[in-house]
Amino acid sequence: MAGPLIKFLNNNPSILIFFTILSLITVIITIGSEAFGYGFISTSLIKVIGKTLCICLVAIAMDLVWGYCGILSLGHFAFFGLGGYMIGMWLMYERTRLIVIESAKNAQLPMTTQEIQNAIGSQIFGVVGGSEFPIVWTFSHLLYVQLLLVILVPGLLGFIFGWLAFRSRVTGVYLSILTQAMTLALALYLFQNDSGLRGNNGLSGLQNIPGLELTPQSVISVWFLWGSASALAFGFLVTKFIVESKLGNVIRGIKDNEQRMRFLGYNVENYKLFIFTITAIISAISGALYYPQAGIINPAELAPIASIYLAVWVAIGGRGRIYGAVIGAALVSLLSSWLTGGQAPDISFGIIEFKWVDWWLVFLGISFVIITLYAPKGIGGLFDRFNKGASK
Amino acid sequence: MSGALLEVNGISVSFDGFKAINSLSFNIDNCELRAIIGPNGAGKTTFMDIITGKTRPDSGDVIWGEKNVSLIKKSESEIANLGVGRKFQKPTVFEDQSVMENLIMALKNKRNPWSVLFYKYNKIDDEKVANIASDIGLISVLDKLSGELSHGQKQWLEIGMLLAQEPQLLLIDEPAAGMTHEERNHTVLLLKKLSKTRAVVVVEHDMEFIRNLDCKVTVLHEGAVLAEGTLDHVVKNKTVIDVYLGR
Repeated sequence: MAGPLIKFLNNNPSILIFFTILSLITVIITIGSEAFGYGFISTSLIKVIGKTLCICLVAIAMDLVWGYCGILSLGHFAFFGLGGYMIGMWLMYERTRLIVIESAKNAQLPMTTQEIQNAIGSQIFGVVGGSEFPIVWTFSHLLYVQLLLVILVPGLLGFIFGWLAFRSRVTGVYLSILTQAMTLALALYLFQNDSGLRGNNGLSGLQNIPGLELTPQSVISVWFLWGSASALAFGFLVTKFIVESKLGNVIRGIKDNEQRMRFLGYNVENYKLFIFTITAIISAISGALYYPQAGIINPAELAPIASIYLAVWVAIGGRGRIYGAVIGAALVSLLSSWLTGGQAPDISFGIIEFKWVDWWLVFLGISFVIITLYAPKGIGGLFDRFNKGASK
Repeated sequence: MSGALLEVNGISVSFDGFKAINSLSFNIDNCELRAIIGPNGAGKTTFMDIITGKTRPDSGDVIWGEKNVSLIKKSESEIANLGVGRKFQKPTVFEDQSVMENLIMALKNKRNPWSVLFYKYNKIDDEKVANIASDIGLISVLDKLSGELSHGQKQWLEIGMLLAQEPQLLLIDEPAAGMTHEERNHTVLLLKKLSKTRAVVVVEHDMEFIRNLDCKVTVLHEGAVLAEGTLDHVVKNKTVIDVYLGR
């Protein structure tokens, strides 16, 4: 069984390079962590890095659907958010239940199951003026169902949306607008108090893992870092397998000239649907790993702008090369959190002061325009230049 | 041989009131070489679009093969898989992929995403690719990106991809366009050879080229068949001279 895998890795050295770098980062951070090592890396920084790895995973999905298949989806962050909501429901329910049971111990009369249920309900939904469990919370007490829903809900949404859109042969900018509309509709729906997911309050306290109350965040953050790194490695491997297979050739062909692909006998709509759904699922998994590290999710996270950022990351990193998406996402999101975090030194030009917090987005926008115009291959294009130089 | 390979029965199609095809009927037999000529706007391209599923006719039917399957409700990919191959006027190959990758995609194999994902390049396919590549003279450039090929080589690669599909009917749009005299002669020979094992339909303007093909000719005019027969026969037809050759 190991034969084909080793052959595959041999043919694709970039996977081994990627795995080496990823493991190095993980090991260094573990050694530097407060929980498992010397403590020169703070827990909050570990969380930032863990979250960045999740961002890289969703960027890989974006590269697969856009860079390879040519579908500029401006809705993949919605799947990311949905994944976060699905796992967030269990985290919030289970933690609230444990708190209610804990406080019930001090009560004089033991609480009935119904009373416990009501107490959990009013704890969670009091903020939107209710205590009834909405129907979408039916399985929130079952971790394995919610984990399944992380895949099923965004997967089904992607499948149905894609089926309707691709079957009607909506392509290009019209499809982008449609995906954007889907994202906006979903975000607006979640903003409503009666959506059942706490309206604009979203779900919070997700960093507290039920049953691990005694484990400090410094330890949990490293666990999540390992989880995120493994998911990223696995996602990289799966995506690489897809793009290096004949299916990879077919989807690149679809990006190039889908009509020609049809006359070759390929059902273009099925291929697009396959890629769209797969990438929706990858996005959802990365979201499910991201939000327990972020601690909070609210509908603003699903806003259309988030999905546009996703496209910007991939474009800056370089489309159609997988590792480019990782570089772009990591670089831009780390820079962004550094520059908007207020730690970056402001630049003073005498009268005018250049504050990064205010100017970062402008700077990002300008870099995006410059890259699109003068370096359409993005940062990844630089590697091509090195390779050419080496081979000559 | 009982029955034709392709039967076109009274198809009509109009775009915004303009009748591009007006109750057009004719048959193509197995292993037949046929040339279709006609002035601009005669409906030659629309006719190809209908057969390959790109355009749906308003009325009429297209019947395919021994099992008499109707093509008009089928999608482009289904029709391609039934055995209709189409060559465009401008060579359309996948430029950022190698010659070999282009050929492998075209090879007749299962076309659903799952089998394509787990497809493994095997000996049989390797032989097929090698055979086709040497037929079209591209065996030495298999690993080259097809975008780096010359115009003529791209034409050949596209023909090679058509062959890899193993179609029973080849639709070829203006093969002589932009070719040198020598390349034209070469193409005539190839088309004649291909028509021994499958039906070939050539749409062409160039009279010299059609004369060399030496086959049955169908003249289209305003979306209907104006005349049919040998080239010498149709060029004597008074109406044909008026609408096409006389101008």
